[in-house]
Amino acid sequence: MTGQAVFQIDRADNVATALQALVPGTAAAHGDPIQPGVTVAEEIPAGHKLALRDIAPGGSIVKYGVVIGCATKAIKTGQWVHLHNMKSLYDARSSSLDAVTGAPTDTHYE
Amino acid sequence: MKEYQDVRWQGYLRQDGRKGIRNKLLVVYTVECSSHVAKEIARRIDSDDVDVVGFDGCCDNEYAVRLLLALIRHPNVGAVLAVGLGCEYVQPRHLAEKALEAGKPAQWFFVQEHGGTGPSIEYGLRQARLLLEELRHTTMAPMGFSDLVVGAECGGSDYTSGLAGNVVVGRFYDKLVDLGGTAVFEEIVEAVGLKDLLVRRGADDCAREQLAYTYDKALEYCKSVRQYSVSPGNFAGGLSSIEEKSMGAVIKSGSRPISGVIKVSQPPPRHGLWLLDSTPDPYWMGFGYTNPNDNEGLMDLISCGCQLVFLVTGRGNVVGSAVAPVYKITGNSVTFQRMSGDMDFNAGPALSGEVTLEQLCENLCDEVLRVCSGGQTNAERLGHKEYFIPYKYQEKEVALKRRCE
Repeated sequence: MTGQAVFQIDRADNVATALQALVPGTAAAHGDPIQPGVTVAEEIPAGHKLALRDIAPGGSIVKYGVVIGCATKAIKTGQWVHLHNMKSLYDARSSSLDAVTGAPTDTHYE
Repeated sequence: MKEYQDVRWQGYLRQDGRKGIRNKLLVVYTVECSSHVAKEIARRIDSDDVDVVGFDGCCDNEYAVRLLLALIRHPNVGAVLAVGLGCEYVQPRHLAEKALEAGKPAQWFFVQEHGGTGPSIEYGLRQARLLLEELRHTTMAPMGFSDLVVGAECGGSDYTSGLAGNVVVGRFYDKLVDLGGTAVFEEIVEAVGLKDLLVRRGADDCAREQLAYTYDKALEYCKSVRQYSVSPGNFAGGLSSIEEKSMGAVIKSGSRPISGVIKVSQPPPRHGLWLLDSTPDPYWMGFGYTNPNDNEGLMDLISCGCQLVFLVTGRGNVVGSAVAPVYKITGNSVTFQRMSGDMDFNAGPALSGEVTLEQLCENLCDEVLRVCSGGQTNAERLGHKEYFIPYKYQEKEVALKRRCE
């Protein structure tokens, strides 16, 4: 797939941001990338994150050169990184939200 | 990059030495009951130079009255008309006296003493026209970037805010601080996870202590209300944690040392980069709520004397503000096209690599010059003059006992 791109902010980052909806294949890397292109392993929505390398369960997710959370399961290079496989170190509630819509799943209104 | 050190434009000189980029008559109501009369006076005058703000009252709230006084003393304000009903705690006469002390022509009246709605509007209109006439004689003085206090906040953020919109503001802030100007950023609840990073940037021990204290208070607030400043829309847009959103927000502060922490209505004591703490302080009613909408954040920045405020938005927002021009920046080219009448600046081309951040920063400097020289922002052109002044509890200064004083 040509034309699709991700944005890596800091060279220490292990995730990059999808600049448009990505499909499996490769993508160009903008920003401050460590390599000119990346592998895309699965569909990733625009604005969401892609793993630049394998991340072990409990491993830090690094963006902007800072830790923005940790992996809750093993993440492979090129995979989508979001609420379903990472969590905040502070906000216990957010990893329970719906990964696609962000809607709360822990409160039921009648 | 172009040199901005010697660039000057004409500003409005105030008695305290500050300079404004606008010269407004501020109509202030002191309770909801007098708000219609105040708004009607402004509506009938129909001038870009007349803004309305007010407090719902009727009980006085120190925080809100300090905020009204800070707006009255704001360098963009040249004259004041205070409109009260006649039985509220907040005193319009006191507001007018404080304006006069600050060297600004001012009038006040009670609706109850002037015959109710109709006669009060007529009386207020006459006073307002006289004040506008006096504004024409305001002393002008050349001003430059070193005279500017600029504020920034983000609202309706998406993934582009942390990649482009806030990044270009950060670049501009570095430039502004290097030119001897003053930059203010806020939203400490959107710095969760970044304590070490923030404290390390403190300019001295005093600043580091203030930053640590303010961070801890904000985290305590978030824990106690079990709510972090991140919403379903943010998650749907690709942000996965408050730490990630925080970093995207804090990046708008640029990279210069942080001189310290100021509170709402407190002008920065000197040039440099400052963190505005707008989070409530713990009090008998608990924390209360922190900024429930973008206009409160903008008003808080303006209360510290910002002559111009940036609103960085990825998903898009349309608001402006009373007292200071709001300049809207987006990092999302789609949003920029879709809301082209509202957005002032597109930082999106930095993402695709079409334009360098350096070039965007220079374009933003030129835009700041245009607006400071009297050019309208889109919000001004469209007549947006929103404001929000709530009940809140806040200390006047950072509450820690400062060893450095």
